[in-house]
Amino acid sequence: MKCSFSKQLISLALVILCGFFLISCGESEKTSDASHKSAETIKLGVAGAHSGDLASYGVPSVRAAELVVRDINAKGGILGRKVELLIEDDVCKPEIATNTATKLVTEGVDIVLGHICSGATKAALGIYKDSKIIIMSPSCTNPALTQSGDYPNFFRTIASDDTQASLEVDFAIDVLKVRKIAVLHDKGDYGKGLAEFAKKYLEASDKAEVVLYEGVTPGAVDYSAVVQKTKYSGAEAVIFGGYHPEASKIISQMRKKGMETVFISDDGVKDNTFIKVAGEYAEGVYATGPIDTSNNPMAIAAIEAHKNTYGSEPGAFFLNAYSASLCLLNAIQKAGSTDYDAVSKALRTEYVDTPLGKISFDERGDAIGVGFCMYQVQNGVYVEVK
Amino acid sequence: MIKAREIKKSFLVSIWFMFLTFPIMVIRVNPIEKIVEWRWKNMLVVGIGSFLLSFVWRYMLKKKEAGEKRAETGESGKTFLIQRILEERRFYIPLVTGLTIIAVAFPFIFSMYQTSIMTTALMYIVLGLGLNIVVGLAGLLDLGYVAFYAVGAYSYALLNHHFGLGFWSVLPIGAVLGFIFGVLLGFPVLRLRGDYLAIVTLGFGEIIRLVLENWNEFSFGPSGIANIDRPGFFGIQFSLQAASIYLYFLMIGLVIFTIIVVNRLQNSRIGRAWIALREDETACQAMGIDKTRTKLRAFALGATWAGMVGVIFAAKTTFINPASFTFLESAMILSIVVLGGMGSILGVIIGALILILLPEYLRAFSDYRMLLFGAIMVIMMVFRPQGIIANIRRTYKFNE
Amino acid sequence: MEYFLELILGGLTRGSIYALIALGYTMVYGIIELINFAHGEIYMIGAFTALIFTSVLTLLGFNEIAVIVLASLAAVIYSSAYGYTVEKIAYKPLRHASRLSPLIGAIGMSIFLQNYVLLAQTSDFLPFPNLIPEFEFIKPYRHIISSAEIVILITTSTAMILLTFLIKFTRTGKAMRATAQDRNMAMLVGVNVNRVISITFVIGSALAALGGVLIASHVGQINFYIGFVAGIKAFTAAVLGGIGSIPGAVLGALVLGLTESFATGYVSSDYEDVFAFGLLVLILIFKPAGILGRVRHQKI
Repeated sequence: MKCSFSKQLISLALVILCGFFLISCGESEKTSDASHKSAETIKLGVAGAHSGDLASYGVPSVRAAELVVRDINAKGGILGRKVELLIEDDVCKPEIATNTATKLVTEGVDIVLGHICSGATKAALGIYKDSKIIIMSPSCTNPALTQSGDYPNFFRTIASDDTQASLEVDFAIDVLKVRKIAVLHDKGDYGKGLAEFAKKYLEASDKAEVVLYEGVTPGAVDYSAVVQKTKYSGAEAVIFGGYHPEASKIISQMRKKGMETVFISDDGVKDNTFIKVAGEYAEGVYATGPIDTSNNPMAIAAIEAHKNTYGSEPGAFFLNAYSASLCLLNAIQKAGSTDYDAVSKALRTEYVDTPLGKISFDERGDAIGVGFCMYQVQNGVYVEVK
Repeated sequence: MIKAREIKKSFLVSIWFMFLTFPIMVIRVNPIEKIVEWRWKNMLVVGIGSFLLSFVWRYMLKKKEAGEKRAETGESGKTFLIQRILEERRFYIPLVTGLTIIAVAFPFIFSMYQTSIMTTALMYIVLGLGLNIVVGLAGLLDLGYVAFYAVGAYSYALLNHHFGLGFWSVLPIGAVLGFIFGVLLGFPVLRLRGDYLAIVTLGFGEIIRLVLENWNEFSFGPSGIANIDRPGFFGIQFSLQAASIYLYFLMIGLVIFTIIVVNRLQNSRIGRAWIALREDETACQAMGIDKTRTKLRAFALGATWAGMVGVIFAAKTTFINPASFTFLESAMILSIVVLGGMGSILGVIIGALILILLPEYLRAFSDYRMLLFGAIMVIMMVFRPQGIIANIRRTYKFNE
Repeated sequence: MEYFLELILGGLTRGSIYALIALGYTMVYGIIELINFAHGEIYMIGAFTALIFTSVLTLLGFNEIAVIVLASLAAVIYSSAYGYTVEKIAYKPLRHASRLSPLIGAIGMSIFLQNYVLLAQTSDFLPFPNLIPEFEFIKPYRHIISSAEIVILITTSTAMILLTFLIKFTRTGKAMRATAQDRNMAMLVGVNVNRVISITFVIGSALAALGGVLIASHVGQINFYIGFVAGIKAFTAAVLGGIGSIPGAVLGALVLGLTESFATGYVSSDYEDVFAFGLLVLILIFKPAGILGRVRHQKI
C-alpha cells in the first residue's frame, strides 16, 4: 500500500511537471515566434463578439477584415510585409474584453479593429492606451468614447449616438410636425444613451413635449402594458432607442391594438431582419441609419466579394468594418511604419476611399464624412427619406 | 448474452436520440427566406455518437454505483491522493514550497495574458471561498451572491470617480459595505428555509442590478463607469505590465489571507455552529445556538469577501457596468463551490481554476465552449455529485 | 376605466403564460424537491419545434388548420421527450445525492440546451408565424383585447382544469400525490416512483411547450434565449404561490402578471422587475411558504 502510494505520488508529480513544462514550452515558442515574425508581418487584431447571442453583430467585422486582408496580401501586402489577422472573441462582456485585449497585446498586435460593443470597448481601451495601440471600432456609437477626450487612441467609422438622436428629434418636429412624443428605450447601454439624448433635445425645443419616458425590459414575455401606456399618454410619435427584437415586438403589439402612432427608431433597427421579423407591421416605420452608400462602387464590390466568399448577404456593420480595415492599413502604409504617433497622424490627415465614401478622422477620432440620414420602410424595404 | 443485450440497449438509445434531435439538428428553417435545409448527416452523427456514448455512460454509472456500494458496506474506499498528501507532513511541506515557487515565478515566466487570466481565476477563488461560508458551511443557498460583488465594485468606482479615493482606502470600505448589505439583506430573509431563501436572494440580486441600471443619477446607468484607477503603491502608478503583476500578487496575498481566515473559522466555535446548523436546525437550536444570529454572521461574512473582491474587480477591469452582475455570475460562483466540493477549501480552489480557466483555454473551440461547459457541469454532477474534492468530516476516534 | 381593464387583461395574459411554465416547476418540485432550471429551456425548445414544423408543413402544402394542429402537437410531443430525457440523464442518477448537486446539474443542462439550439439553429431572432387567427367578432374590441389574448386565456384555463382533473381523480394523479407526500412510503405500497417522476416531467414539459407556442405566436418572434427570462419569472411565480402547490402556482403566476402590468401602467416599466421581486420578498417575509403553501412542521 505504501509503495503504491509513493508511486502514485511520483506519477502525479511527473504529470504536473510535464503539464507545466508543456505550457511554458508552448508559451515561449509563441513569444519567440512573435518576436521573429513581427519583422515580417503586420498584425491586425480583430476583437468583438464572435460567439454567443451577439455574434451577429461581431462576425461581419471578422469577415470584412478577412476580405480586405486577402486583397491586400494578394497585392503584396503593406510596406512589403504581409498582414496577419489575430481574431479574438470578447462576447461583448467588459470583464472578458480586458482578457481579450491583454491577449492581443501579448501577442504583439500592431493595430486593432474592434471592439463591437461600447461597454467592452471602454473596458479594453485602457489596456490598448497604455500599450500605445490604435483601435478602430466599426460599431461603437457611445458619444463619450470620442467626446470625453480620454482615449486618444480610439477611432471609429460610425457616427455617435447624439447625432442620431438629434436627427430623429429634428425629423419628428420639423418634418412630421408631431407635438407629443413618447421616448422608449431598452435600458441598454446603447438604447438608453440614445433615448437620453433624444429626451434632452426634445426638452430643449419648445415645439414638442415628452409625454412618456420609459425603459422596457429586453426579453420580457410581452410589452402590452407599455404599449397601453403609450396609447393613453396621447403620444403622436414614439422614439425608440434600442435593437430590432424589442422594436419589432413593440411595433407589432401597437399595430395589433390598432394604434397608428408614428414609430421612429435608430440604426439598431435599421436592419433588414427587423422588416422580416415584424413583417407587415414594419410598414411605415422610420429609422435613422448610415448615409446610403449602395451606389458606391466600392460598397458594391465589397458586398459582391462577401457573397462570393461566404455565400450570403453581409451582416450588420460590414461596410463600417470594411472601411475601418482599409483606413487602418492605409494609415500604416502612409506612415511608413506601425509607430503609434505616425499612424495616428496619418489617420487624421489622409483621406481614404472606402465603401462609406471618402473619409478621414477628426481630432477626437470621429470619422469625417460619415453621417446619418432618415429611412422609412416602404413596401418591405428601407427607402431614404429625402 | 449480456453483450447482445447491451448492444440492443445502446441501439435503442441511439434511435431515441435520433428522434429527439431530429427537428433541431436535422432541419434548419429560415422563415425569412422561406428556405428549409435538411442536414441528414447530423442525424448519422447523433446516432453513432449516442450509440457509442451510451456504452461509456452505462459503464461509468456502474462503476459509480459499485463505489457507492463499497462505501455503504463500510469498506473504506480509497481516500483521495490529494487528501492523503495533505495528511502526511513529509509530502505536505515540499508540495507547499513547490506551489509557492510556482506561484511566485508565474508572472515572470508567463505572458501578461496568462497572468491576467490567472488573476481573474484567483478572484473567483476568493469569491468561491466567501460563498463557501454561506453555502458550504452554513448551508444557506444564496443565488444572489453577485449583489455584494456589485456593491464592492460600485463603491470603489463611485468613490474613485467622485472623490478620487484610492484603491487601498476603498478596499476596507468595500468590505464594510459588503458586510452592511449582507446584514441588511440577510435580516428579513433568514427565517426562510432552503429554496425560499434561494429565490429571495435571487430576487435581491436582480433588484440591486436593476437599480444600478435604472438610477442614472447615482450609478450612471447602463453606460457604466470608465477610467477607474488601477491600484497604486504608496502613490506610485504602475505601467500596464507592472500593474498586472502587482494585481496578481495582491490577489495571491488575498487568497492566502482568505484561506487562513476560512480555515480558522471552520474550526472555531462559529464554524462548528454553522456546520451543526446545516445538518439539523432544530437540534442545533436545542443545543442553545442562536439560529438567526449564526445565520446572519455567515451571510454577512460571505458578503464581506464579495465586497472586497468587487473592489479588486473594478480596479482590474477599470470599467464596470451593471451587465457584469447578472444572475449567471451568481450561478457561476455557486457552481465553483458545488463542483469543487462543498465545504472543502481545496475543492473550491480547484473548482475555480477549472471553471474560470477552462473557457479561456477552450477559446480554440470558440463556438462550442459554452456547450462543452454546460455538458461538463452535468457530467461532473452525475458522476461526482459530492464535488471534485469531497469534504472529509472531522472524525474523532477513541482508541483504547 | 378602460385603461384599468386593459391592464388587467394584459396582466392576466402574461400571468397565464407564466402559469403554464410555473406548473412544471411546481410539480417537479413537489415530487423531487428540485428547482429544475432547465425547464425554461424546454419551453424554448417547444417554441422552436413548433416553428420548424410550421415551416416544413407549410412548404409541404398542408392547409392552415392542419399546420396549426400538427405543429402544436409536435411541440408538445418533442418538449415532453426532452423533459423526459433530461430527467433520465441529469437527475435520475442523483436521486440520493445532496440537494445542491442536481441543482448545479440543472444549471449546466440549461446552458447546454441553450447552446445546443444556438449552434444547431441560429443566434438571430426568427419571426414566428401567427398561428392564432384573427376572429371577426373581436375586431370592434381589438383595442381592448386581441384574439391571441382570448385564445391564451381559454387554452390556459382548459389546461388547468384538465390538470386538476388528472391529479384529483385519476390513478396516475393519486400516485403523483402519494409520491409527493412520501416517496418511500409510496414505493412500499406499490407505486412505481420512477414512472411517476417521468410522468411529472412529461406533463410539466407539455404545458411549458403549450405556453411557448402561444406566447411565440402572440409576440411573433423567438430566439434561443427566450427560455431564460420566462423561466426565472415562472419560478418566481411558483414560489410566490407556494412551491409544490398546483393552485398556488396558478395564483402566483396571475398575481405576478398583474403586478407587473400595474407596475408598468401606473408607475414605470423601468422598475417592473423590481416590483415583481419586491412583491415576492414582501410576501415571503409575511408568509414564508408562499400564498398557498403550507409550512411543514418538522417532527423530531
